[in-house]
Amino acid sequence: MLNLIWLILLASGIVVAALNGNIEVVTEAALGAAKGAVEVCFDLVGVMALWLGIMKIAEKGGLVAALAKMLRPLMVRLFPSVPSQHPAMGAIILNLSANMLGLGNAATPFGMKAMQELQTLNNDSDEASTAMCTFLALNTSCITLIPATIIGVRLSFGSANPTEIVGPCIFATSIAMTIAISLDYWFRTHSRWRRPS
Amino acid sequence: MLFTILNVISAWAIPFLLLVIPLYGYLKKVPVYESFVEGAQEGFVTAVKIIPFLVGMMVAISVFRASGAMGYLSLVLEPLTSLLGAPSEVLPLAIMRPMSGSGVLGMATELMRTYGPDSFIGRLASVMQGTTDTTFFVLTVYFGAVGIKKYRYAIVTGLTADITGFIASIYICNLLFR
Repeated sequence: MLNLIWLILLASGIVVAALNGNIEVVTEAALGAAKGAVEVCFDLVGVMALWLGIMKIAEKGGLVAALAKMLRPLMVRLFPSVPSQHPAMGAIILNLSANMLGLGNAATPFGMKAMQELQTLNNDSDEASTAMCTFLALNTSCITLIPATIIGVRLSFGSANPTEIVGPCIFATSIAMTIAISLDYWFRTHSRWRRPS
Repeated sequence: MLFTILNVISAWAIPFLLLVIPLYGYLKKVPVYESFVEGAQEGFVTAVKIIPFLVGMMVAISVFRASGAMGYLSLVLEPLTSLLGAPSEVLPLAIMRPMSGSGVLGMATELMRTYGPDSFIGRLASVMQGTTDTTFFVLTVYFGAVGIKKYRYAIVTGLTADITGFIASIYICNLLFR
């Protein structure tokens, strides 16, 4: 799946550039993006270190476990393959909370931590586990209560009511999230990708 | 009023967490500084691990976009979105949304500069931006961090969520802002 998408993006881009007679943009775009990707990662280093450091304190103080315990009934249903006391649960909850608050830079570190915890249950396979797929379905469709960036942009262009989009955003994400959770459920129980548990 | 409240919450969220978590830890007799450093070390390693995955993905997306292939894709999809009631101006935004967060923010900003934030296009662009996620970026970074190369059905779920989010955005904006 991913192999094909990757190839199509790359190949169709090169073919279109060649037909338009501006093949040189391909070289420029490819080299620029490669450099850009490393810059993104370097920007992430500091933020990752900060939030995973803070999370370690929360973990040792028992805060993460308390939060996980509160949401256990829900989490156990969403992630039947993860033991209810597993540290992955706490990291997943932190990631989704950060997403909801629109704290994108805190969400990514918590999300990666969650993936590492889930990977410990995955026998170090290079194939995604069922719990990982569910987590990513939740993560990519998660409701944002405060879309701070876009509110800021609207404000800067003199919108009369910069926050009027919050309600519609919540409506649209709720629908997207419902579909994502249902589809994920169908995939893991009925599709050819399901795993015997 | 609502804006002031939301603004205060976004301004306070991070300082609040940075205060409350270490304070709570200290009261629970956690060695706060040492624990922080221990956690921070993990963060460094993870960030470096995702570099190859991100290079691969960003190069492909960038070539696709810079070559003009994305422009042709929006031409092909245009009849479909106009059927749903979306102006063609927002289509490139919809196509780029799963691929690049910064690219899409740039596009949304450009639309609002051109048409105004309170125009139908400006509002629709805002809702679309706030509704969906950079699915490819998230999958690349998260799976990359643990060395997962086979994504199973995760892409299908993520992209379906994005498409649903777009259709729902178009629907609600037509209902409220037309």
